[in-house]
Amino acid sequence: MAQKTVTRAELSEAVYQRIGLSRSESAALVELVLNEISESLSIGNSVKLSSFGSFLVRDKGQRVGRNPKTGVEVPIEPRRVMVFKPSNIMKARVNGLDGSGVADD
Amino acid sequence: MIKSELVQKIADQYPELYQRDAENVVNAILEEIVDALARGDRVEIRGFGAFSVKKRDARLGRNPRTGEHVAVAEKVVPVFKAGKEMRFRLNMEAANT
Repeated sequence: MAQKTVTRAELSEAVYQRIGLSRSESAALVELVLNEISESLSIGNSVKLSSFGSFLVRDKGQRVGRNPKTGVEVPIEPRRVMVFKPSNIMKARVNGLDGSGVADD
Repeated sequence: MIKSELVQKIADQYPELYQRDAENVVNAILEEIVDALARGDRVEIRGFGAFSVKKRDARLGRNPRTGEHVAVAEKVVPVFKAGKEMRFRLNMEAANT
């Protein structure tokens, strides 16, 4: 079974098929949803989407890294990263279970 | 931010959209992502990030409380990697605060 890649186009198509808005409105809404999530994360607020999962923002401290090729030490500045924690329902679904009996942590 | 707040933000910006529809839009997007991952597909959203699944081999685990061995079956886990632009945006704001 070949692996496919789902992109914005398929997400807008799903909105178009399920909601019955125009294709251009569907695409604009997908963009808006992604933008609102990004916006929240960029101001440091996590985003929790029940039955899907949570996007969390973590602050990483400064540490000493190393160029793996040359072995030269380079400082890695403190930075902010995001992590995704899938819900138990999503974890069940990707394992072929329907997830309906799973507690939504 | 939780899902209902996200839905509210969408509804606020689309007055012609019922709150109910805004909720359906958010759910349609999230369900499409989960469906893709359940098929073993990858979801790549440029500028935001990519979802994929990784296979974890069966292993012998331990109950941390009792120390007992427990067999953990092979499973698939969802993973997310933030996109370049997203990683940049996370740190842009931090630099300004």
